[in-house]
Amino acid sequence: MPPDIATQLALERLLARYVASLDEDRLEEWPGYFTEDCRYQIISAENYEQNLPIGVFFADSRGMLSDRVSALRQANIYEAQRYRHLVSSTLILDASDGIVTARSNYLVVRIMHDGATALFSSGRYLDRVSFRGPDPLFLEKLVIFDSRRIDTLLAIPL
Amino acid sequence: MRNALDLAWPREGLIRVPYPVYSRADVYAEERARIFMGPVWNFLCLEAELPNPGDWRASFVGDVPVVVTRDLDGKLNAFENRCAHRGALLCLKRNGHGREISCVYHNWTYDLRGALTGVTFERGVNRKGGMPADFKRAEHDLRRLRVESFAGLVFGSFAAGMPPVEQYLGAEIAARVRRVLRKRVKVLGYSSQILPNNWKVYVENNKDSYHASLLHAFFTTFRMNRLSQQGGIIVDGSGGHHVSYSLRATDRASADYDAAALRAKREDYRLADPSMLDGVDEFGDGITLQILTVFPSCVVQQIQNSLALRQIVPRGTGETELLWTYIGYDDDDAAMLMRRQKQSNLVGPGGYISMEDGAVGGFIQRALPGAEEDASIVQMGGGDVASTDTRATETAVRGFWQVYRRLMGV
Repeated sequence: MPPDIATQLALERLLARYVASLDEDRLEEWPGYFTEDCRYQIISAENYEQNLPIGVFFADSRGMLSDRVSALRQANIYEAQRYRHLVSSTLILDASDGIVTARSNYLVVRIMHDGATALFSSGRYLDRVSFRGPDPLFLEKLVIFDSRRIDTLLAIPL
Repeated sequence: MRNALDLAWPREGLIRVPYPVYSRADVYAEERARIFMGPVWNFLCLEAELPNPGDWRASFVGDVPVVVTRDLDGKLNAFENRCAHRGALLCLKRNGHGREISCVYHNWTYDLRGALTGVTFERGVNRKGGMPADFKRAEHDLRRLRVESFAGLVFGSFAAGMPPVEQYLGAEIAARVRRVLRKRVKVLGYSSQILPNNWKVYVENNKDSYHASLLHAFFTTFRMNRLSQQGGIIVDGSGGHHVSYSLRATDRASADYDAAALRAKREDYRLADPSMLDGVDEFGDGITLQILTVFPSCVVQQIQNSLALRQIVPRGTGETELLWTYIGYDDDDAAMLMRRQKQSNLVGPGGYISMEDGAVGGFIQRALPGAEEDASIVQMGGGDVASTDTRATETAVRGFWQVYRRLMGV
């Protein structure tokens, strides 16, 4: 039976809001898309497929996500840059008990302050989303990037 | 004998580094020949990546592709990753396993020691074609490296007559390598970071303990690393290898430090979830940070419980690939694994500390035009190359250039 259209739309709407917050430099909103005890990880497909646990960034609480934002705002030195996310092919894999598991493709273009624009990352999101509250929230978001290489640094989340 | 490189070093000596070393293509080519393929031990991989006979692992010596194998007798070998026939790469993936290695182009095969064992259609097809009778397979084995494993790290060298790795490192550095590689390790992950700068800029960054608390605000804010903390620098007798270390929570109130009003020191910055910094003293010596370099291109890192090897691979004069291998021990429990996973947020291409090292090298590289006649200053802590109990020094950077100049003849 096909998943219901309302769930599909709600999920796509969550993803659209999520990437808009990142792309429009409203990073402070980013942790708000997650549950308190969420899990978030950015990991290469190579490591993920070999069950190697360490990737590029790992958090197991919303607090760790807030810390990422405050470090980027207050502590870390990196050149001014923006992302443009394109998210597509959102596919619901499972939906039961108010929890939806889905995968989506993403593409991120990075625009440096001097105008240099390049394809920075491609990959997939593996999401587990809770629909139990008033707004859907990520219980888990795995960002699995296709390349094994990262150009210069990864500052802003994906 | 190679021709002398036309590169004038400033008369001040080790306290100056002429900027053209970071941009000239001829310097880069000489570095490959005289340093990476010269009398040095290059870190290639971990023994733990080659547990079984038949395992192989592709790696690099400088930017020269090589393969490390564990042969059917269980011995380690390394040879160039380049087919003797037409020069194609043999091993394309990072890891593999097999009884032999073959080239995809014309299916020439080699054993796990790099000996040419098969030339397809060597006698021709239907007695036509084929290699001439005077073609001898034994003359076309792959160029082998000397290989030695030290504390589970596999090193390779193209040079004959190298001293054992332990002697190459010197007793003090060797002991600090053993400290981190003290028991069986396992790989917890890989990362690759493309640095927009010459490889030597990143080597210097590792040897430069002066910048750590100035550039990296994250460290300083949480008192993980301040120059007023107890610690020091160990430089080996050659100058090429070094250890920078600091101890936890030992720093005295320092007027010099506070007076500097560092950007990096922000008292108002607190973590919402400080679990990332819940380290344990697993070495029992209070050392929370140990950055160790092995000349020319290997870093052994301990930052709290985050352990990693970093291999520095030159990719042309203005680009470097930094290959991270995160490790833990075979007997890590779930809590330790979680600590290592969380603390890995400090390092790697997205790390709270290491991301800045990724950026700062590019700032140097992009400012090189116009600096052809100029030199940088490496004078903190004086002009010598020696171990010291302060980290407000550039002594280990000078040590690198001491060995570099000797090998390069400049």
